[in-house]
Amino acid sequence: MSFVLRTRALRARHLAVKPLRSGVTQVRGLQTDADKSSPAESLPESGSATFKVNLPGDSFHSYRCDVPDPEIEISKDGLVDMYHKMVQMRRMEQAADALYKQKLIRGFCHLAIGQEAISVGMEKAMTPDDRVITAYRCHTFAVMRGGTIKGVLAELMGRQAGMSHGKGGSMHIFTPSFFGGNGIVGAQVPVGTGIAFAQKYLNKPSVTFALYGDGASNQGQVFESYNMAKLWNLPVVFSCENNKYGMGTSAERAAMNTSFFTRGDQIPGLQVNGMDILAVLRAAQWAKEWTVSGKGPLVMEFVTYRYGGHSMSDPGTTYRTREEIQQVRSKSDAIAGLRRYILEWGVTDEDSLKAIDKSAKEEVDHAVEEAKQSPHPDLKDFWTDIYVSGRPNLSFSV
Amino acid sequence: MPPRFSLPCRSASAYFSKRPGPSVLGRLRGQHVDAGLSSPRRARAAPSPPEAQGVEGEPSISENQLLLSSAQEALATPGLHFTDGHGPLGPTGRGRQTRRMNLYGAIREALGTALGSNPKAVIFGEDVAFGGVFRCSMGLMEEFGKKRVFNTPLSEQGIAGFGIGFASVGATAIAEIQFGDYIFPAFDQLVNEAAKQHYASGGAYPLPGGSLTIRAPIGSVGHGGLYHSQSPEGFFLGAAGLKVVIPRSPIQAKGLLLSAIRDPSPILFLEPKILYRAAVEEVPIDDYTLPLGQMEIVRPGTDLTLISYGLPLYTCLNAITLLHDPPATLMPLLPDKLRPPRPISIQLIDLRMINPLPINSVVEAIKQTGRVVIVHEAGPSGGVGNNLAGELGRRAFEYLEAPIGLVSGWDTPVPLTFERFYQPDVIRVFDKLLETLSY
Ligand SMILES: Cc1ncc(C[n+]2csc(CCOP(=O)(O)OP(=O)(O)O)c2C)c(N)n1
Ligand SMILES: [Mg+2]
Repeated sequence: MSFVLRTRALRARHLAVKPLRSGVTQVRGLQTDADKSSPAESLPESGSATFKVNLPGDSFHSYRCDVPDPEIEISKDGLVDMYHKMVQMRRMEQAADALYKQKLIRGFCHLAIGQEAISVGMEKAMTPDDRVITAYRCHTFAVMRGGTIKGVLAELMGRQAGMSHGKGGSMHIFTPSFFGGNGIVGAQVPVGTGIAFAQKYLNKPSVTFALYGDGASNQGQVFESYNMAKLWNLPVVFSCENNKYGMGTSAERAAMNTSFFTRGDQIPGLQVNGMDILAVLRAAQWAKEWTVSGKGPLVMEFVTYRYGGHSMSDPGTTYRTREEIQQVRSKSDAIAGLRRYILEWGVTDEDSLKAIDKSAKEEVDHAVEEAKQSPHPDLKDFWTDIYVSGRPNLSFSV
Repeated sequence: MPPRFSLPCRSASAYFSKRPGPSVLGRLRGQHVDAGLSSPRRARAAPSPPEAQGVEGEPSISENQLLLSSAQEALATPGLHFTDGHGPLGPTGRGRQTRRMNLYGAIREALGTALGSNPKAVIFGEDVAFGGVFRCSMGLMEEFGKKRVFNTPLSEQGIAGFGIGFASVGATAIAEIQFGDYIFPAFDQLVNEAAKQHYASGGAYPLPGGSLTIRAPIGSVGHGGLYHSQSPEGFFLGAAGLKVVIPRSPIQAKGLLLSAIRDPSPILFLEPKILYRAAVEEVPIDDYTLPLGQMEIVRPGTDLTLISYGLPLYTCLNAITLLHDPPATLMPLLPDKLRPPRPISIQLIDLRMINPLPINSVVEAIKQTGRVVIVHEAGPSGGVGNNLAGELGRRAFEYLEAPIGLVSGWDTPVPLTFERFYQPDVIRVFDKLLETLSY
């Protein structure tokens, strides 16, 4: 890393650990725009060839470590693919919103509209061997980790075609590399730590991302997990999605230290612009390298924002102003940011993006219709899957 | 006039009629069991969620006779004690005022009264300063200030322990755990610290004036699923030292909560969340309490004692009404001795406190009837029903004419799609009444 960057990182570190106490501007000095990266070279002809992109130096703040080089290699196809996925995910969440209003989804339902860059960007840095666990705001992760839109929407509606056969609902969705979907705030963090231990124990060159919110950061079990992970040097990235509110409580009112990336004590941390998908991708790549190379756990904070309410029963406007929401949406929206990269860098043209938008909508509409056709679980499934049936398990793999 | 029921039922609880012995209703249901519920072809037509509706025409919660809709009835609530020492006629001798309130309103009243009458009382919990997710503390922060009504971080174990410490030195701690389902992170503090502090310190703590009350909403709402509909009260049954109170209505909630807040023992006050809005009564607006630790005979009766607490009491009363006034379709299936005009007289008991159990008075009550059915929403294992049945079986064996019946949830997680089947419905209670009466 160059000297200039190093001093910048130091300065950033200094800035970031000061107690900071005001709304959106809480993360002073961190870049929160979604569209401030720029190509470092002219773009190749081929869609699959990679080229270098410079991220703004203030995309990251670090704690007890150097910031990653603010540079990333990506292909045109890669950018378009991430765009497609983010649009799909937003459409899926919007569809869930509509299904909820039609009373086809009941109970508790938490949407990640505004936070799409995190699940989509992280996925690009991961392999199927990596593991992810999160709380209830889980739909987009479930799809990224091998699920389907239909499987998620059907689960939300409590249908057999759902990824948990309609038995879990919105907060409980699993895939072979994704461990849910957990309703108890903070509970997933020690579980993720155990999964990371298995990776280490079995010498797998893979990592577990254990995600949680700014509100969840204050649960005791999160700190217990930090301690175990550092004590045993586990390949886990504690990933805080700081969307600035835990239900109606802003992070400042709940946490003595809102620089969530510094809360691991001896564990190095990284704060990341969670609205620029390239920063998310770069951070996840870096974190994966770090943990897989045996350097132990990290605490990573993605600074992001949820546009809607906490859950469907929260309009989301009583504890924050409409202007605040509008400001993030218009200035920092991750999808708009990536769209601008694609158009300004000449990756593809407006028409093909419109075609992607259209097909994402159709894909989701189609998934909605299919999911609606699926029946509710059989009554007998009411009492299946309670105890684990079958013979003792003699093989062990993670 | 109580609304009349009409059969046939569309009861999906028919599915659970795999009980031993001939069941009258089981046979009746047999004709309707499958009415489309388990047919795989149902998938074709846009499937609608299965509704475990008991009986058409069953009164809704708000229409239930358990709720007292006149000021007169409200003021005649047994055990009601006005804190100013004057009776129901009040200091002026001209009577007391009541106001129509739902359960969350009554809780809010009690909390306001507690803060207003005791400067050492504070309220804290997740988002309580904004009113809490169920609005039980709406406006209290504005009224009493940020020092006395404040939000905590998301830290259930911390909230419970913090409350214990605060109460131990003589203050009145009123904490909210946002959902009963989130009480488990606080379980250690409640069971190991709160429940035992008085014993462990040889009676020294809490210091005089100290009191800890933890409120939490419990029970199903129809679609809360695995983490928003549980009834965790059974887990606290062994926690000697910790009282567990569950109110059934707004009047009861206000009086019992004020008693709980003023009781020096740590108290878990569990509120059936579906009643927050649905249950409305004329609630006396003055400061009053109801006796803690006493069950209440809600309806007198001589043939059978039906015991419950919280939400299922409404279902119990509906089942009693159904028995008193059975629809014509049901009549042929009733054994002779249960057919009108012979009035079957069922005693209905609200336990109100489940730990410790008001066991002596329950034993006395069942000695008079000889038949018992217990109803609660939590699953059977480790629950109040089996705990109580064991005690009653030992203490009143010679008085019992039939096995003690239990209608409860099931030993499963509270299911998302089948939440209504998890709840005891009127058909299941009715059926158990018949089974126990005809034993
Ligand atoms: C143990 C526990 N306490 C409380 C809740 C209720 N609850 C659900 S989400 C939430 C806020 C969490 O905020 P945060 O961690 O910031 O995540 P976000 O919702 O912003 O994604 C609360 C209080 C819960 N589910 N579990
Ligand atoms: Mg949050």
